[in-house]
Amino acid sequence: MTGVVGIVLVSHSAQVAAAVADLARRLAGSGDGVPVAAAGGTADGGLGTSADSTARAAREVDRGAGVAVLVDIGSAVLTVKALLAEGDELPEGTRLVDAPFVEGAVAAVVTASAGADLDAVVTAAEEAYGYRKV
Amino acid sequence: MLDAEFFLRWMNALARAVDREAARLTELDAAIGDADHGTNMRRGFTAVAAALEKDAPDTPGAVLTLAGRRLISTVGGASGPLYGTLLRRAGKALGDEAGVSRAQLAEALRAGIAAVARLGGAKAGDKTMLDALEPAAAALDESFAAARAAAEDGAAATVPMLARKGRASYLGERSVGHRDPGAASSALLVGALEEAAR
Repeated sequence: MTGVVGIVLVSHSAQVAAAVADLARRLAGSGDGVPVAAAGGTADGGLGTSADSTARAAREVDRGAGVAVLVDIGSAVLTVKALLAEGDELPEGTRLVDAPFVEGAVAAVVTASAGADLDAVVTAAEEAYGYRKV
Repeated sequence: MLDAEFFLRWMNALARAVDREAARLTELDAAIGDADHGTNMRRGFTAVAAALEKDAPDTPGAVLTLAGRRLISTVGGASGPLYGTLLRRAGKALGDEAGVSRAQLAEALRAGIAAVARLGGAKAGDKTMLDALEPAAAALDESFAAARAAAEDGAAATVPMLARKGRASYLGERSVGHRDPGAASSALLVGALEEAAR
């Protein structure tokens, strides 16, 4: 596959998803290089996750090199798993990443901005679990 | 034989039951969850009833598949993908037959329940919807009434359990003593099945 890996951030909160996307973009210094989309909150602006906006975000960032989806908790995890099980709702090469939301997003965007493939982006995000803080 | 009409009656009876019981489901969820189960279920099943009225599918499988898809795209909480997966997978298991037997429905529900268990990583005894659904699907081989009774008993049996999944699991011991909201709504789903069969 060619092109850059897309990143989708799914949170129960629109503000959390947008802010983490912004943080990851800035820390990566990627400018417009890596497509990052936030899918936060429900369609009517409440707390929760939306399958429709998640699928829309994944299509938006898909450049043909795969899409890494990072999620926060509960229904965010289940919604993405259910969409993946559906088969045709998300772009080909979409992966749910098992990673901490903020740290994983930064690692994913930094790695994608270096031109890495989907496997490397997913691995970098998952390795964020290993960085001890204390 | 259970035809598409039966499955439409089931979904409509369920939408009415969820609407009627929304406040109770939210109250149960307020104790050990985030107090939105009734609201979420009502939003989802209102959308299901509207979608089925607009475009009523003509096979049992298609009714459940459409209902499941609507739940996943409208609910906004964990109950969306969980109930959506249950119905969609059961619908797929029924295929495109015009009529199915109670035994085929029971078998399809068991396929849906297995998919829900995989999705949520839960098993019976974790204080979830599975504690109502699994005994109900087993009892469905006997009768609709037996299934309803098994679901209600299963929901009641979640009261002393320790939650191991979902937000309630963060509460640890404090989750004990409360009925699981997902098991309570699953009992409504099975109860609506008996209502549709009358």
